Amino acid sequence: MSKYKTVIGLEMHCELKSNAKVFSNAKNAYSEIPNSNVSPVDMAFPGILPTVNKESVREALMMALVLNCEIPEYMYFDRKNYYYPDLPKGYQITQMHAPVGTHGKVTLDMGDYKKEVLIHDIHLEEDSASLDHYSDASLIDYNRAGVPLLELVTEPCLNSPEEAVAFLEYMRRVYQYCEVSDADTKRGQIRCDVNISIMDEDAKELGTKVEVKNVNSFSNVYDTIVYEVNRQTKLKEEGKDSEIEQETRRFNEDDGTTIRMRSKVDAIDYKYFVEPNIPKYKITDEWLEQIKKTIPMLPEKRKEKYINTYGLSEYDANIIIKEKDYADYFEECLNLGIDPKVAANYLIVQIIAYLNKEDITLRDFYLKPAYLYQIIDAQNKGYISSKQAKEIFNKSLLEKREPKTYITKDNQQISDKDELQNIITNILDNNQDQIIAYHNGKTNLFDYFVGQVMKETKGKANPNLVKEILNEKLN
Amino acid sequence: MNIQKNIEELHEMLLNKEITPKDLVKESLNKTHEVEEKCNAFVTIIDKPEMHEVTDNLLSGIPFGIKDNYSTKGILSTGSSNTLKDYVPIFSATAVLKLQEAGAIAVNKTALDEFGMGGTGTTCATGPVKNPWNTKRMCGGSSAGSAAAVAAGVYPYALGSDTGDSIRKPAAYCGIVGYKPTYGMISRYGLFPFASSLDHCGVLTRSVRDAAIVVDAMKGLDSKDQTTWDSSNIHLLSSLNGNVAGKKLFYIKELCNIDNYQNPSSMLIRHLDNFHQTLNILKEEGVTVDEISFDRTLLNALPSVYTCISSAEATSNMSNLTGIIFGPRGEGKTPLEIMMDHRTKGFSPLIKRRFVIGSYILQKENQERYFVNAQRVRRLIVDQMKKLFETYDALIMPVGSGIAPMLDGDNDILDNSDTRVLEEHLQIGNFGGFPSITIPDGFIDGMPVGINITGNCYDDENTLNIAYALESKMPYLNQIARSEENE
Repeated sequence: MSKYKTVIGLEMHCELKSNAKVFSNAKNAYSEIPNSNVSPVDMAFPGILPTVNKESVREALMMALVLNCEIPEYMYFDRKNYYYPDLPKGYQITQMHAPVGTHGKVTLDMGDYKKEVLIHDIHLEEDSASLDHYSDASLIDYNRAGVPLLELVTEPCLNSPEEAVAFLEYMRRVYQYCEVSDADTKRGQIRCDVNISIMDEDAKELGTKVEVKNVNSFSNVYDTIVYEVNRQTKLKEEGKDSEIEQETRRFNEDDGTTIRMRSKVDAIDYKYFVEPNIPKYKITDEWLEQIKKTIPMLPEKRKEKYINTYGLSEYDANIIIKEKDYADYFEECLNLGIDPKVAANYLIVQIIAYLNKEDITLRDFYLKPAYLYQIIDAQNKGYISSKQAKEIFNKSLLEKREPKTYITKDNQQISDKDELQNIITNILDNNQDQIIAYHNGKTNLFDYFVGQVMKETKGKANPNLVKEILNEKLN
Repeated sequence: MNIQKNIEELHEMLLNKEITPKDLVKESLNKTHEVEEKCNAFVTIIDKPEMHEVTDNLLSGIPFGIKDNYSTKGILSTGSSNTLKDYVPIFSATAVLKLQEAGAIAVNKTALDEFGMGGTGTTCATGPVKNPWNTKRMCGGSSAGSAAAVAAGVYPYALGSDTGDSIRKPAAYCGIVGYKPTYGMISRYGLFPFASSLDHCGVLTRSVRDAAIVVDAMKGLDSKDQTTWDSSNIHLLSSLNGNVAGKKLFYIKELCNIDNYQNPSSMLIRHLDNFHQTLNILKEEGVTVDEISFDRTLLNALPSVYTCISSAEATSNMSNLTGIIFGPRGEGKTPLEIMMDHRTKGFSPLIKRRFVIGSYILQKENQERYFVNAQRVRRLIVDQMKKLFETYDALIMPVGSGIAPMLDGDNDILDNSDTRVLEEHLQIGNFGGFPSITIPDGFIDGMPVGINITGNCYDDENTLNIAYALESKMPYLNQIARSEENE
């Protein structure tokens, strides 16, 4: 889209799951009721002290391991000092001097090429309160204050909006697969800052970077990059290089543009220093080993397995690993003995379509793998036709009753050859005229005979078997 | 008056029903009002305190005072600052809770230099605190109100906090005992922070035994303060045996030898002389006291290192004071204007000066030069102390350069560079988190002076026992301020 090389660096904030907040014992949970999950620590009443949530540290260490980072010998924290109404203490506890992970690396599969993404660092910190602005007032909700936040910073190593979004998608999946976060952008659990610059292909130094803050969805990240690259390219082509200033901008969702917030000259000095109330804590090798053992199989690995072991197409495998719930469902089906391709087919064609239509998640989906198995098993044994299978699938979902309640003797498919032969002989005997017409060239009457058999058996005849017998008798 | 007795005597009388907690509270409150009139020592007088029954606990049923930078649930807690002039906390400091669980009865909140950031007791929002020995003189700070009240006999003890010498200096100026234990022995949860890495909780009493009793009750691991450690094997009171023969102490030659001062004042001469006479008492008990030379450059750096670290941490610690969640709401069109107005009106100029210094020190371009270097020097000083503690049980030093200065006089300590390090050496105890106790060791011109003993971390029992032995050989145990002689 540009004759210049695009250089992108991402800062990705992700809210972690945990029993309590990262430095207080208040509940870490999203709530519609403002200020319901709050402790004196979260509101920075005089005399409060932070206490580190070990669970959050464990999650952060797991992510550092997943991202192949270097992990420091000691865990400690820093204060980032600035004034804002959403920051009760007047400083945020974060990690600047010794982030939980540094110098990480992941490889993205971009389809026709592999992309290596370098991770500058990931660090554990606390979220701020959330603000609601009205025309004459602003309200502060401290539910979010102190929620554990993992910030990931990449090197400026991404070169297209596609790569940026692929990386974000990749990370979102990792968070979900490792169950450290729901990573739901709609609930603001993931927020990004995007650093963008352009440079001549053969240039040695990076161009002047522009930081776009608080971009809250992946499609907005994409649009932000496209807009910024175009804006900077235009300036550069018009010879106005100097107007590309090191500055902070924000994305305007309404018209897809970015708007200047402040120049780098006005950048805040955060006056970082070590948080004195949290003693240095040694990260033992034993603990790291323990954490390593709990890392589940990650999406990329699963994808390989689906393609190589189960023979799925890459397209199908990509859909299934997109959400951990999908992959877990798929694998549970396989454990029950369902054929991988059948399971994949059901999942992709019927289930995901249904989820989208109903706007629900797989967790709320009634037909658990064990129920799906009842349908597929009955079909495999020839008890029901594929048409019936589909009907039972829908009926079971609608009435929320186990599929097996619909699979009775009455609706079982007739697959007994002798029984069918008798029925077919009877029908042919009563349709002599049609047989003659068929033999005279009206071959489409074949379907008429099939129809008659189905009518006679109330649709329960095994259609393949019917066709086979009819062929024998007529030809 | 009964209330002027020590804790063990009062406990005995309470158990024998010679007196009741109600009697004691009444006496204590009467005395509180009297001392308030005379010394201006209190922020809040709790006229209807929460009563507790007498139990086996030594502290049960006995009144005490709380420095106003401790968070007390349902009771105004201002830190002697206008930024918190209406602040009534929803929780109590762990140290306060522990005393209340022991059955102690809080009867007042004492005045301090605003948020503990001062050494004079003159920068409290309620005005300067006067010394009960002579109301023309200051108490020193920042635990000024607590020192004045204990010295005047309002109760046997009051809580203090100590970032540089805020318990141990006023204790000396008021002729009482001031003890801050090893860093992390008492939880700081609920103590309004000044400089977190230097802040200690502690107590002011009139005897070493009382100090041991109170800290025994206040100390312990607290899940709310990760810097606390398990001290369950430390029993301060029961370890006091007065047996100090064979103990080895040292003092710093550069500060205690009069030959190191050019044109020493008569006050300084008498003060150091008194110090050396006190050392003789210990020597008679079989204690070795050595004169040790301490790196002069390190000593001279002490005050600046303290200023750097404490101001930097304070700037950050007090950033929660914005008037948004608590404290009087400022005026302005934007949130930042509202915060700025609150802080401009709320803080005294002295504090603002510290914030400016702290902010400057923490700036990116200055951090290495000031903040990081200050921390390096702090480490060097502590290392040197630790090395000395390999040989010695404790450091013994005079407190300050003489008696409490006049409230309005030309005795501005900051300008007297000659004795500046002598005035501020107690900060060593905060740099290393060392246990440190001041006890009275005499009088100059009718005003009390004190001596300080500082031991190695976790060696509180030994440190207190040396102080206990010395105290028992001097006539200043349980002394109550006698202002008549001075005014």
